[in-house]
Amino acid sequence: MEAALGLMRRIPPKHTEAALSALVSLLPSYSSDLLSQVDQPLQVLCDVDSAKEFILCDYNRDADSYRSPWSNKYHPPLEGGLYPSPELRTLEIEANEVFSVYRDQYYEGGTSSVYLWEDDEKEGFLACFLIKKDGSKYAHGVRGYLNEGGWDAIHLIEVGPEVEGMADYCLTSTVMLSMTTDHENSGTFSLSGSIRRQAELSVADGHLANMGKLIEEIEGKLRYSLDQVYFGKTKEMIWTLRPPTELPSTRLLP
Amino acid sequence: MADEEDHQETELSDNQKIDIAKWFLLNSPPGEIQYVAKDLRSVLRDDNAYQMAASEAFPFYNKTHIISLQFPDRSGDVLVSSFSEISEDEYLDPRTAQVGKIDHVKQICTDIRPAKDEELPTPYIEEYRCALDAEVCKYVAEAYPKGVCSVYCISGKDVEEPGSDFELVVLITATRLSPQNFCNGSWRSIWNIEFMDELQTVEVRGKMQVGAHYFEEGNVQLEAQHECKDSTMFQSPDDSSFSLANIIRHHETEYMSSLETSYSNLPDSTFKDLRRKLPVTRTLFPWHNTMQFSLTRDITKELGIEK
Repeated sequence: MEAALGLMRRIPPKHTEAALSALVSLLPSYSSDLLSQVDQPLQVLCDVDSAKEFILCDYNRDADSYRSPWSNKYHPPLEGGLYPSPELRTLEIEANEVFSVYRDQYYEGGTSSVYLWEDDEKEGFLACFLIKKDGSKYAHGVRGYLNEGGWDAIHLIEVGPEVEGMADYCLTSTVMLSMTTDHENSGTFSLSGSIRRQAELSVADGHLANMGKLIEEIEGKLRYSLDQVYFGKTKEMIWTLRPPTELPSTRLLP
Repeated sequence: MADEEDHQETELSDNQKIDIAKWFLLNSPPGEIQYVAKDLRSVLRDDNAYQMAASEAFPFYNKTHIISLQFPDRSGDVLVSSFSEISEDEYLDPRTAQVGKIDHVKQICTDIRPAKDEELPTPYIEEYRCALDAEVCKYVAEAYPKGVCSVYCISGKDVEEPGSDFELVVLITATRLSPQNFCNGSWRSIWNIEFMDELQTVEVRGKMQVGAHYFEEGNVQLEAQHECKDSTMFQSPDDSSFSLANIIRHHETEYMSSLETSYSNLPDSTFKDLRRKLPVTRTLFPWHNTMQFSLTRDITKELGIEK
């Protein structure tokens, strides 16, 4: 298992899906561990009733069907599928609405879905906030810089039971991204990556506002560290290989 | 019985295992194939399949990544590439006129022998090759703290005198591995240089590839490549070499500055198409006042102006 995770840390992030399915076929007995510990790019499906897309993950899946947060129906239809309690469903509807606005303001496009479900062991509940954005110039890249660009964010929040008006929130967030630019004079430039971080918080007040703030904060941090730390390190590496020099001002021959 | 059938369905054939193993090895980031191989062996739990995969994947990986191996007597380095390949495990170093015997899986040079006459170019070609090697070495020493380079004749090495075309290839590589800092990277450039006798011109085609991997609590990889073309006049060995080294220097320096531009465009333009730093409103999201969104939504719905 450790070796399998070691491999996942080295294989280019753009090949995550292929690598994961290869590992699952090699280690069928570890498949559920692998699938829960390695995040893979998100898929979307269209909810026929609301004509809106929703994101698929393990948390809205029952058998081979996925529940849409918009119509609360399973696709393809499933008899006896699991549904959140009416109270959670009410919160889920609100969370989906608000999170779409949040997504629009930060992502200028993309798809988002929020799923809530009861925690069987503890008294609280779990929430999964998902965002998928295709930022390429052919999709939702409003500025048109990217030939290929994807951002998938998965935020899983465990919400503990309320004790004296306070609740504990434990957040695990993963961002997977890839982007490629292609210019005639600079060739292809492609960065891809995946990072995962955790955060904890214990506060009073409404669940949605707390979860939302946690997500906004960690997304900001993840974006910052990808941009400043991770991309920066790859640049530093290239610069040690071939330190930039001034372009010679005269060329001797055409 | 049914269980047994299920079991057989999930069991991979030897060929499938070998294919998977090769895929992992070939997708190793620069300088990390040995780490990948180690993890792969324990995941595979099938040494025969591993050996089969390794014997095919390592030579291919070593040649495409143009790894540089030191001679056992430390008299020089040999670059493993399709241009220097004499046989699957023998590679030529034209500078010392030696042939290194390579163990692909261990990635070491185990033995050397002097190159045979038929493996080397004629004195006429060698004059061009050697002059270019000297100029490129000078440039690489200036530009790369730890660069390795070599020049090969890949076509027309038996040309004895002016009157025929021939082609040289310049390889430049630099690798830096610092696993303790969770960071590895490599630069390689391949310059095909065609001497066209009739037109008295020299056509240059360059391909530069860079890769970097940073994996402290994450996995982020850069892959970039660029191809370019240029040409110069067919002159004496020394003059040609001087202008060719300048062409290489110029394009590589220009490529570095385009990489600089790509990096500096990231935070505010390229990355912004994935996710903005701040919302379009330029203030943090008003989580405590989200009622307004449901309200405005209802209104837009009623007015029928929803997107």
